Amino acid sequence: MSMPALLALADGTIFKGTAIGAAGFTVGEVVFNTAITGYQEILTDPSYTKQLVTLTYPHIGNVGANSEDTESRAVFASGLIIRDLPLLHSNFRAENSLSEYLKANNVVAIADIDTRKLTRLLREKGAQAGCIMAGEDLDEARAVELARGFGSMAGQDLAKVVSCEQPYHWDTREWRLGEGYGVQPEAKYHVVAYDFGVKQNILRMLAERGCRLTVVPAQTPAKDVLALNPDGVFLSNGPGDPEPCDYAIAAIKEILDTKLPVFGICLGHQLLGLATGGQTSKMKFGHHGANHPVQDLDSGRVMITSQNHGFQVDETSLPANVRVTHRSLFDGTVQGIALTDRPAFSFQGHPEASPGPNDVAYLFDRFVALLAERRS
Amino acid sequence: MPKRTDIKSILIIGAGPIVIGQACEFDYSGAQACKALREEGYKVILVNSNPATIMTDPNMADVTYIEPINWQVVEKIIAKERPDAILPTMGGQTALNCALDLARNGVLDKYKVELIGATEDAIDKAEDRGRFKEAMAKIGLSCPLSFIAHTMEEALEAQTKVGFPTLIRPSFTMGGSGGGIAYNPEEFLAICGRGFEASPTHELLIEQSVLGWKEYEMEVVRDKNDNCIIICSIENFDPMGVHTGDSITVAPAQTLTDKEYQIMRNASLAVLREIGVDTGGSNVQFATNPDTGEMIVIEMNPRVSRSSALASKATGFPIAKIAAKLAVGFTLDELKNDITGGATPASFEPSIDYVVTKIPRFAFEKFPQADDRLTTQMKSVGEVMAMGRTLQESMQKALRGLETGLSGFDPVTTDLEKIRHELGTPGPERILYVADAFRVGMSRDDIFAISKIDPWFLAQIEDIVGEEKALAGRKIEGFDYAELRRLKRKGFSDRRLGALLGVDQGAVRAKRWALNLHPVYKRVDTCAAEFATNTAYMYSSYEEECESQPTDKKKIMVLGGGPNRIGQGIEFDYCCVHAALSLRESGFETIMVNCNPETVSTDYDTSDRLYFEPLTLEDVLEICRVEKPFGVIVQYGGQTPLKLARALEANGVPIIGTSPDMIDAAEDRERFQKLLQELGLKQPPNRTARTPADAMKLAEEIGYPLVVRPSYVLGGRAMEIVHEPADLERYMREAVKVSNDSPVLLDRFLNDAIEVDVDAVSDGEQVVIGGIMQHVEQAGVHSGDSGCSLPPYSLFPAVQDEIRRQTIAMAKALNVVGLMNVQFAIQGDTIYVLEVNPRASRTVPFVSKATSAPLAKIAARAMAGISLAEQGFTREIVPPYYSVKEAVFPFIKFPGVDTILGPEMKSTGEVMGVGRTFAEAYVKSQLAAGDRLPKTGKVFLSVRDSDKAGAVEVARELQRLGFGVCATRGTAKVLQEAGIIVQAVNKVAEGRPHIVDMIKNGEVALVVNTVDEKRQAIQDSHSIRRSALQMRVPQYTTLAGAKAVCVGMGHADDFDVYSVQGLHAQVVDAK
Repeated sequence: MSMPALLALADGTIFKGTAIGAAGFTVGEVVFNTAITGYQEILTDPSYTKQLVTLTYPHIGNVGANSEDTESRAVFASGLIIRDLPLLHSNFRAENSLSEYLKANNVVAIADIDTRKLTRLLREKGAQAGCIMAGEDLDEARAVELARGFGSMAGQDLAKVVSCEQPYHWDTREWRLGEGYGVQPEAKYHVVAYDFGVKQNILRMLAERGCRLTVVPAQTPAKDVLALNPDGVFLSNGPGDPEPCDYAIAAIKEILDTKLPVFGICLGHQLLGLATGGQTSKMKFGHHGANHPVQDLDSGRVMITSQNHGFQVDETSLPANVRVTHRSLFDGTVQGIALTDRPAFSFQGHPEASPGPNDVAYLFDRFVALLAERRS
Repeated sequence: MPKRTDIKSILIIGAGPIVIGQACEFDYSGAQACKALREEGYKVILVNSNPATIMTDPNMADVTYIEPINWQVVEKIIAKERPDAILPTMGGQTALNCALDLARNGVLDKYKVELIGATEDAIDKAEDRGRFKEAMAKIGLSCPLSFIAHTMEEALEAQTKVGFPTLIRPSFTMGGSGGGIAYNPEEFLAICGRGFEASPTHELLIEQSVLGWKEYEMEVVRDKNDNCIIICSIENFDPMGVHTGDSITVAPAQTLTDKEYQIMRNASLAVLREIGVDTGGSNVQFATNPDTGEMIVIEMNPRVSRSSALASKATGFPIAKIAAKLAVGFTLDELKNDITGGATPASFEPSIDYVVTKIPRFAFEKFPQADDRLTTQMKSVGEVMAMGRTLQESMQKALRGLETGLSGFDPVTTDLEKIRHELGTPGPERILYVADAFRVGMSRDDIFAISKIDPWFLAQIEDIVGEEKALAGRKIEGFDYAELRRLKRKGFSDRRLGALLGVDQGAVRAKRWALNLHPVYKRVDTCAAEFATNTAYMYSSYEEECESQPTDKKKIMVLGGGPNRIGQGIEFDYCCVHAALSLRESGFETIMVNCNPETVSTDYDTSDRLYFEPLTLEDVLEICRVEKPFGVIVQYGGQTPLKLARALEANGVPIIGTSPDMIDAAEDRERFQKLLQELGLKQPPNRTARTPADAMKLAEEIGYPLVVRPSYVLGGRAMEIVHEPADLERYMREAVKVSNDSPVLLDRFLNDAIEVDVDAVSDGEQVVIGGIMQHVEQAGVHSGDSGCSLPPYSLFPAVQDEIRRQTIAMAKALNVVGLMNVQFAIQGDTIYVLEVNPRASRTVPFVSKATSAPLAKIAARAMAGISLAEQGFTREIVPPYYSVKEAVFPFIKFPGVDTILGPEMKSTGEVMGVGRTFAEAYVKSQLAAGDRLPKTGKVFLSVRDSDKAGAVEVARELQRLGFGVCATRGTAKVLQEAGIIVQAVNKVAEGRPHIVDMIKNGEVALVVNTVDEKRQAIQDSHSIRRSALQMRVPQYTTLAGAKAVCVGMGHADDFDVYSVQGLHAQVVDAK
């Protein structure tokens, strides 16, 4: 029969539900994501390291799990919180159920709780630490204690924790219905991608556009990168607070000075902001969803974007040679910046989608255009 | 870029009468568009022939025309009002087709009017099957293999290429009219024949069938800067093969991975861009192969639709309102999302944290001859929507909200053969047979193999059936909180649990309340709780946190009418909306409870608070528990809330207006008879029978012909006129189940009587007549199906005064507070009371439009304690012009169904015509109902004996108007004897060429066919009426109707268009 589980928040709130993953307990920052599709991509997104993800759509697991819809080598989210695990998954690509997948990946997860109540609580009080406990002997007081022991995301350098240990090459291109992933036919440009917790769809989209990729660990010094003689440098997404990543900030400064094209996403965007002399700060509960409107300030166009970040680049802190290119229409925060004196730009949301809409995919084309410009 | 300033005035074209495929969702969208555009300072001119709409309320637009929607009439309006632009995307297919006609006939150029929202080219590209296919190929999207055919030869050739089963889709029709699925050559020929006729361009698409593929819909909005957003994705429970309007649908899509969803999203946006929908909302339909995910585009609608109304209600994003603003130049980022109080812009994609289920409602019981199998032509007349935190909760709510007597997954049969048939050849209740299939032990795989319903859905139903089985032998007393909560979380109603546990729902409720187990209310906020909302749009769920936050203001709750059906439609929703609006104006907090997604009442800003919930005792009591209303109005939503009145009262709910006891006094035959006797008023001789034998005996006492019907019905369900004992015997055997609790009523049928409807309003002190309507069709035709005129066109003033006196006497005797409707029959000089309904009637909106007095508002205030004197409404208004209401029927959708009118209501909608004379008003009503009245040609007459004398008069008038006359021999003889030149023609049984041949050859311009209400007579003449319907030859099945149309045709050309505001000003002047 089903195993009980509970979720305890640092403020003492307890939710009782059912375990749908591994037994045991897990702690992390509790965040919510309003995306209706793409739970497997979310679970495997390294940016969710040390986070317990609440998905606001009640039925999660409808399409099971498969070996294609992953964004990294493993599940990185520390836990999953949902309202209902459906009785059956149904999709022609499904290989196993979400519950089997969670257990296989040793993820502690809870279902059957009022996730809307939890979401409203996070919205009002801000993101907070939590603990999911799954098993027969649930200890509420201990769970609250564990939650409180987690502390805050602020000040946590997680990029170096989740990053690859060795550089590697990447040549897999985008997914196509009926074909799956293919290998890129030709590569015109060499791009070095910093892995701060990179989502693979970023790599696929770059590969699709003719980039031969060398993915390097987060702490790779600039000189090692430059020694690879790249056409451009990519700064990936990743978990945690960007501020403590001094190694990355230093490397980016150095790379910017070479006037190589630079493109950053999410954490990479925040790091670019810091490297230019700007500042970042922790948001109340961040942006997590696949429906966020972002305006391209140059064209006026509004794009629906995928978002997943708890820190932001502070607009007022930006130096004169950085202009804001994109803005969130939900709260006006900075969503994109570009340097006026360097071929470097970045985006806070996720142009690689996966999950989410592909409206901002044009930024990859923009980066490739910079690579081409530099060549000619 | 803000709104356009180069246009000042905009003409909005409405959708006209409610028909299958086009219901009150277009009142919802049109009303939103009116509000949105006026808010921006535009002058709004509106045309819609349907008086039962909120959008035609005089304060919704600057100038309102309740006039026929065809290009000729609309040209007259354009000539008079000279609008700068026309918005054709709010009125369904009717408005789009009218806009195309205006363009093609040069009207737009002539008056320099611009189409906004959709261009002529975009409409054409989306609607023209050939061009659409080409456009899809251009953007790399697949469509099913298909070919265009303009002739039967082309159709047959195409069929050989696509194989069987073959889909036939006529171009430019709505609701799949005239289309279908053919499995063999015989069916193919029949459907193509019908389809060519239905298509205004005589064009068919012969298409490869993708039966059994999964079906999805995407609701998309685009602005002029090419910003595109998806409002909602919808997954059909019923796979391809069933029209989406007839399918059970669920939002959001459930079984797509993100990768597949994004492919569909991108494709939707590409479709809008390619078709060229520059601004506004559209709907794109897809099919996917369940085994491979292969996706094809089925169709797109470049306008707001039934699905967009559903999507608006499902998400809280008002598509029509936003689309209207985009049409005048706003961009999405410039518009606010109202539901979050403007905290977020409209340029986002709603995210929902609940499951929405829509289930269509059918009316096959009204059309026993109709084929009730569901195909690509829409057949449903309404729908219910329900929200829950899980599919099971949402689906079980939807089932009980349908009001077809279900409490959930009630069993239908254990007959395996029947079950297998119903799974594979879907009818209106397939979902119930899925549950039955599990009950008899079929496996999920077997059910899927036959039905192709996605296993994800099947598993949910299987689980419900499993839960039900586990309850066998259990007693309600044995349940604890946790166990009962677990069941309630799966959506089981108290009634269903009661049925399974062998107790009344009251016992379940008592137990549940004793355990303090109640639903909580969650808000619909477009954003899955990411942002705070003050909008009180709510649904129930068995969860932890309640967000209802009731106020302590003085509240009035209005119970709505539930899903549309024949006999209970938009008219009642109109009344509910008016109650909410007027009481809000009077300072009350208003609360709406309803579950029909098509309506204005379920717009989240119609009332202060909206509970989107089924109208069952359980659901309403729970809302009352939370809200504690000062008063609940039950008399506006038709039978639905009325049926609850007594039980609600018994549970302490304060019903305001006429008391449930007095409502019962009017509905209970015996109590009512006593009351009439006391007042000295007459009824046709009548009896109440409680056994079949009883009925036969009582019938002899009062004599034949008789009107027979079960008590407590609306819309004349199972009502018949019987002429002889054999008929009555059959009726008692086949049509009703008679018992002590549900007796059958027998009334003496009044031959050749004039029927009159009266609406009145009372505050308990004073009674004011709202309007007296004289029916065009004689008594015996259901009042909802009969045309009527206000004021009466041939009733003596003395008779009218007596009707007034009697109405007031009855209202006082019943202590009516609120509205009352009386039906009288006048035979010679005698006035009979047919029935009294102390509630809102179907005619209330018509009377309000005709007289300028908003009866529903006035009565709502009266119920809340504001007297008529205080309101300044103390005198009947008799307008100095005529308004005629005409009924509109769905016969064209049901091949084989007879068009003859009788005591059972069959119409789905109504139109109104206004004129200085009855003739002018009548001819407009006929035009508005879609009849093209001829100016020349041959009229065919075939009338029953009792009408023969009257037929002479009609024929003479026709001759005077220049028509030729032909008739069947019996009728011809009478006409010849009266000196009329007439051509005698064969009846069908008399050899060929016969009358049906003539009709099919286009030789007949008008048909007048009256028949005795005897089975044989009706059957003999059926093919005449059916062929006239197919050939779109106007037909009249009552002599009264024929007389009226003769009067009208004399004025076929010289009518003018009148604005409602102008007419109402005349009323004020007349005062």
